[in-house]
Amino acid sequence: MSDGFNESPEAAKARRMRSIAIALALGAFVVLVFIVTIVRIKGHVVDPGF
Amino acid sequence: MADTAAQTEVATRAAVPARWQDFVALLKPRVMSLVVFTGLTGLVCARAPMNPVLAGVAILCIAVGAGASGALNMWYDADIDARMRRTRGRPVAAGRVQGADALGLGVTLSILSVGLMVLAVNLLAAALLAFTIVFYAVVYTMWLKRSTPQNIVIGGLAGALPPVIGWAAATGTTPLNAWLLCAIIFLWTPPHFWALSLYTAEDYAKVGVPMMPVVRGAASTRRQILFYSLIFVPAAIAPAFTGLGGRLYLAVSALGGAAFIGLAARLAAGKAGEAAEARGEGLYAVKAGAKDARNLFAFSILYLFALFAALLAERLAGLPALRP
Repeated sequence: MSDGFNESPEAAKARRMRSIAIALALGAFVVLVFIVTIVRIKGHVVDPGF
Repeated sequence: MADTAAQTEVATRAAVPARWQDFVALLKPRVMSLVVFTGLTGLVCARAPMNPVLAGVAILCIAVGAGASGALNMWYDADIDARMRRTRGRPVAAGRVQGADALGLGVTLSILSVGLMVLAVNLLAAALLAFTIVFYAVVYTMWLKRSTPQNIVIGGLAGALPPVIGWAAATGTTPLNAWLLCAIIFLWTPPHFWALSLYTAEDYAKVGVPMMPVVRGAASTRRQILFYSLIFVPAAIAPAFTGLGGRLYLAVSALGGAAFIGLAARLAAGKAGEAAEARGEGLYAVKAGAKDARNLFAFSILYLFALFAALLAERLAGLPALRP
């Protein structure tokens, strides 16, 4: 499948690896926000502060 | 024909995506590691109970914020980086990453790191982190660096704030001891950076960055290095008397401080930076005349690391401070 410009195999590999790195970073960020949310909620349940 | 070849080369380069490692390099991992270390020391020295997950997130936010500053710095300084030996291999300067991509990465990571700090830790730590990023990217990089020989003196505040951010993350406050850690790094920066600039002054002069040796000359720079060293070392010893450091810290700071002043005095008495000397690649490759500057530069890194490592070791080992 052509994507409109001549891309060497090396360039395609670099682009693929970069896409994977971005996906992993975004996935890690989502997991991190989830964990932080759980930890913060747990803290408020144990010590509601009122 | 030549134009066509050049256009083809530019088009090819633009079509080739950078490697992911180039984007990691944009974050200045070596600077980031020092920032993480000092931030962690501030967090641990605060002696406040903190959920380990949230403590880890706080350190991660400090690291990512520092990385974002580095990316913004490389985006803005690509023109001068490309013409200096020390920096010409950087991703944007070398043409491996487009400036717009570095800018996008820097802005995105700034927003994410500050935002996550607000959500996970507290507003004070997030505000300090935001201030640090803006101070480094805008005040230092865009304004001070190219306009005054005091650039790294004032700009050094950005590198000095991580322990305060770490302390604020743990306690929500920034007491005097937190600012003492900040003062140590702030006062360390001029002798550290000017020692380096004594043997890289040619590059700075070439690109018009008014570093101290370029504007005031080598002799004045060597005197100012000694002056700042004489202020810095007492500040480095001070935590032993403010309830922060113990016996180990006192020994490390006093012995290392004596060596630091000795190296600075030797540099002041020597001729480092006087003659334009050809030098090899790398920060440590200098000719004999500049070895005093190289030695102080290298020792300054070791000394700062030792100071914070001593504080960290004392806290983690449960050793008492000299004063409660």
